[in-house]
Amino acid sequence: MAIEDVPLPTATTRRFRQRVWLTWAVLALLLAAGAHELHLDFPYIAQKLPFLLGLKLSPDGFIQGAALTIFVTVCSMFCALLVAVVTATGRLSRNPLAFAIATFYASLFRGTPLLVQVLIIYLALPQIGVVLGALSSGLIALSLNYGAYLAETIRSGVMAVPAGQREAAMALALPRWVITWKVIAPQALRLIIPPAGALFVSMLKDSSLVSIMGLWELNFLAQSYARTSYHYMEMLIAAALIYWSLSIVFELVQLRLERHFGKGVAVAGAR
Amino acid sequence: MPPSPAAADDALVTLSRVNKWHGALHVLRDISLAVMAHERLVICGPSGSGKSTLLRCINGLESHQSGDIRVDGARHDGRPATLAAIRSQVGMVFQNFNLFPHLTVLENCALAPVWSRRLSRADADATALDYLARVHMAGHAHKFPHQLSGGEQQRVAIARALCLKPKVMLFDEPTSALDPEMIHEVLDILIELAESGMTMICVTHEMGFARRVSNRIVFMDHGEIIEQGSPAEVFDQPKSPRLGAFLGRIMHGDR
Repeated sequence: MAIEDVPLPTATTRRFRQRVWLTWAVLALLLAAGAHELHLDFPYIAQKLPFLLGLKLSPDGFIQGAALTIFVTVCSMFCALLVAVVTATGRLSRNPLAFAIATFYASLFRGTPLLVQVLIIYLALPQIGVVLGALSSGLIALSLNYGAYLAETIRSGVMAVPAGQREAAMALALPRWVITWKVIAPQALRLIIPPAGALFVSMLKDSSLVSIMGLWELNFLAQSYARTSYHYMEMLIAAALIYWSLSIVFELVQLRLERHFGKGVAVAGAR
Repeated sequence: MPPSPAAADDALVTLSRVNKWHGALHVLRDISLAVMAHERLVICGPSGSGKSTLLRCINGLESHQSGDIRVDGARHDGRPATLAAIRSQVGMVFQNFNLFPHLTVLENCALAPVWSRRLSRADADATALDYLARVHMAGHAHKFPHQLSGGEQQRVAIARALCLKPKVMLFDEPTSALDPEMIHEVLDILIELAESGMTMICVTHEMGFARRVSNRIVFMDHGEIIEQGSPAEVFDQPKSPRLGAFLGRIMHGDR
């Protein structure tokens, strides 16, 4: 696990970082040169970019493009987090009913493809009279699917906190919620954040699945512009770069959270 | 029910005919023990003899299957309220310190005063600093545990337990995880604590320490109390061959 503990970079770490940045720059340059060789129609990209980014509303006045992608992802993130905390609690519970419900749900949603789940919620449920809009179908499918994965991540993080921590807290006669939120959760979060961050980045990209329901998010717009103008290379590369930039922002947020919850971490390493 | 050997109504901690099993393993066999206020009890015995389990049953970190355990008059009855009441009278220090790594020394110590004793934050910090000063760690209040040596961490752990203002302190091999040169700084604190009149139950292999501070030694083996008495009786005239063999082993330096 990468842990940046010491705030003062030594000469070695500074040299390491310089070389990492240099290599990144070279690779980015190579990629740009390759794109240049493709003789892309840059004016066309520039013309469509505000739409892809979602700076302009769609004709029916709804957010579109990257803005819609971010909206879908952030909403699903919060719902998935809620679902995951409840599920992880059930998974860690000694109550057989809670445990069974949590494991059943996690198994079902981890064991079926996200695309199938999206289609069942959007296309199959109306058959029994449950009609959900495209947006709510997408949010529900993403939340339930990622909630199941995230629950496992949370569970393993909580279980990785040494038993002695809970015992010491119990011996101090601390109330249960204090033990959970002040002693266990901050230590578990340090372990949960890196895999959870990876899940959220992956959710950002999987949000493109809602395009099949006709939501005008980033991938949908890129494809429809590409189809009408036959500028597939331009539009898909532009979409890919926007997804990539958003992922980098997510990763930076994750890094900051990791630093925050990494306080006092050397103890775990030394143990 | 026959009276326990040291049965006394005014005992602070009383165990009568306590039994505990881990599956088929009988880890505590008919343990009866009464600890009076200001007593300094040392429990010794080979590993796996049930010493730590005995301690952990007193503050309910582990449950027992039969018999009675009372702390300051309250009987372990499985109710959460009783458990909380008992735990707030009992401080515990662990072999591996178990400080909370994400909290500073001061925050570690102030946690129980704020959330168990319901003091204001200012009063809790004052209490914490007071006890940190007693273990000579007040100067380290704003450090994180990983910045401290093992001996310093254990001293903080002692202060943290004392911040609960317990009536009895349990020590579960408090020096076993320490490098030899750090054992003394922790033992010195324990000696000061004993001299202040604190009731202490200590599981330890430090026989020099046991002889110096304890007024009663309890020897356990295979979940039973085999022998107990003053340090002079237990160390110099062991009656049971098992105790004799145990003392022979630890006196010959292999702990």
